[in-house]
Amino acid sequence: MPDAPTLLSGAMLVSLIFYALLGGADFGGGVWDLLSRGRRAVDHRRLVASAIGPVWETNHIWVIVAVVVLFTAFPRAFAVVSTALFVPVTLLLAGVVLRGAAFAFHAYRLHDDAEPGRWGAVFAAASLVSPVLLGATIGAMSSGRVRTESLVFTGDTSAWLAPFPVAVGLLTLALFSYVAATYLTLETPDPGLQDDFRARAMWSAAATAFLCVLVPVLARSGAPGFYEALTGSEWSVPLVVLTGTSALGASMALRLRVYTLARACAALQSALVIAGWGLAQYPYLVRPNLTIYDTAASPSMLRLMLYALAVGAVFLFPSVFALFRIFKRDVLSGRHARRP
Amino acid sequence: MTELVLARAQMAMLFAFHIVFAVAGMGMPVLMVAAEWAHLRTGRPVYLDLAKRWARGTAVLFAVGAVSGTVLSFELGLLWPRFMEFAGGVIGLPFALEGFAFFAEAIFLGIYIYGWDRVGPTLHLLSGALVAAGGILSGVFVVTANAWMNSPAGFVPVQGMPSGVSPLAAMLNPAWKTEVLHMTLAAFAASGFAVAGIHAFKLLRDRENPFHRRALAIALAVGGTAAVLQPVSGDFSARFAARNQPAKLAAMEGQFRTERGAPLRIGGIPDAAAGRTRFAIEIPKALSLLAFHDPDAEVAGLSSFPPDERPDPLPVHLAFQVMVACGSAMALVALTAGWLAARNRDALFRRPFLAAAAACGPLGLLAVEAGWTVTEMGRQPWAIHKVMRTSEAVTTAGGLALPFLFFTVLYAVLGVSAAWHLRREIAASPAGGGPTDPGEG
Repeated sequence: MPDAPTLLSGAMLVSLIFYALLGGADFGGGVWDLLSRGRRAVDHRRLVASAIGPVWETNHIWVIVAVVVLFTAFPRAFAVVSTALFVPVTLLLAGVVLRGAAFAFHAYRLHDDAEPGRWGAVFAAASLVSPVLLGATIGAMSSGRVRTESLVFTGDTSAWLAPFPVAVGLLTLALFSYVAATYLTLETPDPGLQDDFRARAMWSAAATAFLCVLVPVLARSGAPGFYEALTGSEWSVPLVVLTGTSALGASMALRLRVYTLARACAALQSALVIAGWGLAQYPYLVRPNLTIYDTAASPSMLRLMLYALAVGAVFLFPSVFALFRIFKRDVLSGRHARRP
Repeated sequence: MTELVLARAQMAMLFAFHIVFAVAGMGMPVLMVAAEWAHLRTGRPVYLDLAKRWARGTAVLFAVGAVSGTVLSFELGLLWPRFMEFAGGVIGLPFALEGFAFFAEAIFLGIYIYGWDRVGPTLHLLSGALVAAGGILSGVFVVTANAWMNSPAGFVPVQGMPSGVSPLAAMLNPAWKTEVLHMTLAAFAASGFAVAGIHAFKLLRDRENPFHRRALAIALAVGGTAAVLQPVSGDFSARFAARNQPAKLAAMEGQFRTERGAPLRIGGIPDAAAGRTRFAIEIPKALSLLAFHDPDAEVAGLSSFPPDERPDPLPVHLAFQVMVACGSAMALVALTAGWLAARNRDALFRRPFLAAAAACGPLGLLAVEAGWTVTEMGRQPWAIHKVMRTSEAVTTAGGLALPFLFFTVLYAVLGVSAAWHLRREIAASPAGGGPTDPGEG
């Protein structure tokens, strides 16, 4: 049985994976809203809005779970991250606010006219910028450039402005756009729209694959400790093989228009990328010297947090399941996309 | 020092904004569920229309509340890293529970808003009830964490860090019951009166409109009940402050000297330099009576505390007066409404009462802002009462003017847009002569 800090950091990682697969797709949807051009642009926007509509508030909360676990179970790490990465986190928040509020305003307007309006543009632009900032923040936490002395942050606050964190930011953006495009092929029975998003999925899959190679290359000098763990562990080779296989599977499935398989492969690929980050980062929260052990709160708090998460999971997973069953049953089974 | 002021100003602005939407997130779902329940019971389409319209308003308010709440969960760390470092491991539990309550609220709000034709009526009503429960519990948990700042418990400070932590004792700190009760009632009163005010305003021009009549009745029933109960809860809170935060009580009441049989001051301007409150109407012995239920009890004055442990009485006393005045007016209107409804329901829809209800619309939210000012400014100079000063909690990151300015502009735009969307929704409400197509708008 792993110890409490490991379990709690594992819970954070699981929340982040859910956030990427669900909330990330909502961000990606905004990106495709932004990039929609031409004759079918209005249809694209409507499709994105209707796909996100009932679930986006729920999808957003996975990241709140991760943050709450971070500041409750590892309060010192939260204090250091918020000081050292003040700028990207503040900008990220601005993006989250603009996107969330803009979507609410935008979605309620879509009922009466097709014009995207100013809020539609804000929603789309914030969807583009926020994933980059989120990724850059996470990249900076892995880079080893956020230095602390006796657990207190010292040094400059520009750790996120380096090639490695920026590349992680771009990878996050590519990944979110990729899962969104893949999911959207199944949200519509219109073959024209399906093909549009199939093409987008293939482009963003290529960008994701490229960045998945570039990030480790940059990590070599930009995040040496992280690089060592990522490439030198016993799980390194199996992880790369699995991720590569799911990426290939997704590409093949997209080519053959087997969209349910493409979605499964793309989701698995994304989950593996994030899991790989988590494994390479473990047991650190902020490299080079903040681990889950020396930033952990008291054992009694960790124990209670684990109970709270267990009880919460028992209640929430069925509720989330019910939400998706009600609104996405046909989408999840792939039936929706085959309807004439 | 300026960075501290900027951090406090930014935090105050973020909270002042968020609390409006948080209050709506607690109160609005109750109204919308009440309307849907009335529809299921009576079968009248007007209630269904009402539930759908209130639900759309709830969704916009919830969305803004969700993002401004997300900002706060991060800003606690961004602006007060030392506070979070200390407090996160002690009082984090209610934040985690709040996360779950919020999760439930979001899930079932999705089902509620988009699921009118997808789930059965009972399940739909149940989803609404879970939205309400999630909203109320979110508020309860967050207020519990704030109560801990007023009456810290569940740890022993050792060399500037907590030790011997008991998260349950921290969560169930001495202040939690009084504060949670006061805030929950405030949320119902504020939401109920704001909604009632809007419908009363509409009725002033369109007296027979059945849609607005039903809406006014439900909103007044919810808001009015809370407003009538609130003074009792206020008494609990004041007596709690008298025992546990005497400096806060002294600032609230503009009490500078320690005295037996202290008077209750209505209005007045505390003058800290002169050490007295000017221009107040004083009711002899009433403060001692209210605070300790004994007309001759001794009430500690501000002068009995070291100068660097005194809150500034000017904003605290003035905000307290505003809160009590708003609360009293609402309680009075609520009692009048109950009296009128008991005698002759039609009297509720005559001009004088409608005008009073419309005028009371903003008072609940004003009282919430004022009350929150009282509890936060009254706790100063402490971030955690007698444990950590606000000046010790603040970030070492500089240049706080820029994010302050940025978020102020951003929230101004958001606030105006949210108001504009709600106004549009209200403008589209059915005109007199019966409910229109509920799908429109």
